[in-house]
Amino acid sequence: MSIQITLDGRPVSTQAGANLVDVAAEHGVYIPTLCYLKGKPCLGTCRICSVSVNGRIAAACTVSVSDGMIVAVDEPALADMRKALIEMLFIEGNHNCPSCEKSGRCDLQAVGYDVGMLVPRFPYRFTPHQREVGAERIWLERDRCIFCQRCVDYIHDQHSGQKIFTIKGRGSNARIEIDKTLADQMSAEQVREAAELCPVGCIIEKGVGFNRPIGERKFEIKSVRQRALEDDV
Amino acid sequence: MSRKLVIDPVTRIEGHGKVTIQLDDDNQVTDAKLHVVEFRGFEKLVQGHPYWEAPMLLQRICGICFVSHHLCGAKALDDMIGVGLGQHIRLLPGPEKIRRLGHYAQQLQSHVTAYFYLVVPEMLFGMDAPPEQRNVLGLVEQDPALVKRVVALRKWGQELIKTVLGKRMHGISSVPGGVSKNISIEERDRFLQGEEGLLSIDEVIEYAQEGLELFYQFHEQHREQVDQFAVVPALDMCLVNDEGNVDYYHGRIRIIDEHKHIVQEFDYHDYLQHFSEATEAWSYMKFPYLKALGREKGSVRVGPLARLNVTKTLSTPLAEAALKKFHAYTNGRSNNMTLHTNWARAIEIIHSAELIKALLNDTDLQNTELLMIPADTAWTGEGIGVVEAPRGTLLHHYRAAKTGDITFANLIVSTTQNNQVINRTVQSVAQDYISGKAEITEGMLNAIEVGIRAYDPCLSCATHALGQMPLKISVFDARGNIIDELCR
Repeated sequence: MSIQITLDGRPVSTQAGANLVDVAAEHGVYIPTLCYLKGKPCLGTCRICSVSVNGRIAAACTVSVSDGMIVAVDEPALADMRKALIEMLFIEGNHNCPSCEKSGRCDLQAVGYDVGMLVPRFPYRFTPHQREVGAERIWLERDRCIFCQRCVDYIHDQHSGQKIFTIKGRGSNARIEIDKTLADQMSAEQVREAAELCPVGCIIEKGVGFNRPIGERKFEIKSVRQRALEDDV
Repeated sequence: MSRKLVIDPVTRIEGHGKVTIQLDDDNQVTDAKLHVVEFRGFEKLVQGHPYWEAPMLLQRICGICFVSHHLCGAKALDDMIGVGLGQHIRLLPGPEKIRRLGHYAQQLQSHVTAYFYLVVPEMLFGMDAPPEQRNVLGLVEQDPALVKRVVALRKWGQELIKTVLGKRMHGISSVPGGVSKNISIEERDRFLQGEEGLLSIDEVIEYAQEGLELFYQFHEQHREQVDQFAVVPALDMCLVNDEGNVDYYHGRIRIIDEHKHIVQEFDYHDYLQHFSEATEAWSYMKFPYLKALGREKGSVRVGPLARLNVTKTLSTPLAEAALKKFHAYTNGRSNNMTLHTNWARAIEIIHSAELIKALLNDTDLQNTELLMIPADTAWTGEGIGVVEAPRGTLLHHYRAAKTGDITFANLIVSTTQNNQVINRTVQSVAQDYISGKAEITEGMLNAIEVGIRAYDPCLSCATHALGQMPLKISVFDARGNIIDELCR
C-alpha cells in the first residue's frame, strides 16, 4: 500500500511496512548502520542509525514506515548523537586501524570517517580482551568486537542449523564466543562469508589478511555513504 | 674539578638519545657515551598478534625506513609458511622484483633525506656555523636550485614507494609468499618517462650524480677535516650475494676486518649461533657482538660505509665507477673515516637509482602470478628475515604457534648493530674537539652530533625549526650537581 511520510521535512511516497533505513536511502538520505543488512532480519543492536520518528528517538533499522510518519535524520543534535554512539564503540574496544587487516573494508572505520569522527569525546577504556585463536581457520580478535550480533544471527552450521557464534556474559563481561567444533566444519566459502559479514576486524580468516592492495579496498573504491545510497553494500 | 657535559637530546636523528661527556680536573675527556633513553617494546607487544600482521605492525617502528621493516617481516613470514626453504618453493620472480623495487625506492628517498637535509648543511656552512643557518632553511637561502632538486628527488622516491606499497608511508604490499599487487605499464612509465611535477628516471640519476659531485667538492676543500674526523676502526658487515657483492634484499652475512679479510660468513638463519648482545644500565639500546671475538673486538659497523667496504663491485655502471674511486682512496683497505659514510651514501643514491631503472625496464614487474602458497605441511612456525636497510643490516625473527599467534619476536636493527661503533665515534670526536679546551662552544658539541648523524640519518624536524634547537648542555661537578648550563 502506498503511503506518504515526511523525511527531513520533505514529503516522500513509499510502501507501508518498508524498512526506514531503506526508504531513506531510496530518497537520497543516508542513515549510517553497522548491524543492519538489507534483506536480513533486523537486529537493532548498534543503535547508530538512531533518528527521530514522530518526535521520539528510534533505531531506524527497527522501524517499519507507516502513513503520516514524521522522520528527522539530518539534524545537528541527531547527527551528534550518532557520532557519540560511534565514539563509544571506539573507546569500548581496542581499535588499531593502522595494523588491522580490515582497514579500508571496515564498516566501523568507514562510518567513523563519514560522521567526521576525529577523536572520541570519551576516555578510552583499554579493556583487556582475550583473543580466541583455537579454531583452525577463524581468528576472533575480541578487541574489535562491537556486539552487532550479525555473526550470531546470520551464520549457522549448514547441517544442524546450530549457531556457531554466541555472546556469553552480560554487560562489560560480555564476549563473543565461537563453537570451535562447528567452526572447523565450516566450508571455505562460509568462513569467508563470516569474515565479510563482520563489520569490523573481529572475525578474520587465518593467514589471508592484507591480500587486497591499498586503493582497491571496499571503501576506498566507493564510500559507505555512496554504497548505501546506491544499494551497493 | 671534574665535570660532566650532557647533550640531551641528540638532534637530527630519529628517536631520543643523549650524550654525556665526562671531563677531569684538566678538562681532559675521560669518558663519552651515547645513551638511548627511549624504550619501544615492539618485540613484546607483537606477541599474541596474528603472524601475518607482523610486517604491518612492526613497520610502524620507523617513519623513515618502514619499507625495510615491512620487507624484513615479510621475509620472515616467507620462512614461516615454508617459502624459500623447500627445494622448489621459492618466491616467484615478479614478486621478488616488486619487493626489491620498493626497497630501492626507499633507500633512495631515505638516503636523499639524510644526505641533503641532515648532512649537507654542515658541508656547506661548517660544523660551527650558527644553528639558525646550519639547517635546510639555510640551504634554501644559500642554494634554492639545489633544494628544489632535492625536493623533487624525495618526491620521486616517495611516489615510487606509493606505487609499490599503496601509500607514501606505512603502505602494504608484501604478504607471506609474495605481494598483493604488480606494477602496471602505466605506473611504470610515469617513473621511466616522468610527467609534470615528477622527474624521469634519467633526471633522477643526473641529480644523484650531482649529489656525489657535491661531496667531491667539499672533500677537495676540506680534505683534512673529512679524513681525520672520527677515524674509527671496526669490522664491517653486510649481506652479500654469491659473488661476494652487496645485495640489499637477500644473501649471506659477511663480516670483514680492516684488511678486508673475511672474519666470518654465514647464513643469516644462524645468527643466534654467531651473535650475542650485551646490555648496559645507562642505555636501552643493546650492544650486539660476535661471540667468537667478544664485545670489544667483535662489534660490527653496518650501513653505507660498511657495505661499500665489504662489496667488491656494484652492479650498475655509474655506481661502480664511483666505487672504484672510493676503494682506491684507502688502497684496498677498509675505509674507517666516519665522514666518508656520506661519500658512501651519495654513491648508494646513484646505485639505487640505477637499480630502479633496470627494474622498471623488467617485464616481470607486470607478472600476474604474485603469490606462492605452499601446502600446510611446509609450515615451519619460525622465520628470520634480513635486509640491508638504508642504515644497515636489519633482522626480524619471529616464532608463531600453529594457531597463528606470534609467541616470540626478536629485532636487531641497524642502529643497534652500530651502537658500539657510534660510541667509539662519540669518544673519538670528544677527544679531538673537546678534550683540554677551556671553553666548550656550541660548534664543538655539534661535532659530536655530526659524528652520530653519519650513522643514523633519520629525519628529525626539531633541529630545523629556526631558533628552537632543543639541545641542552649541562655541566656537572663530580657530585652530580649542575654547575653550568648552555641552551641553544
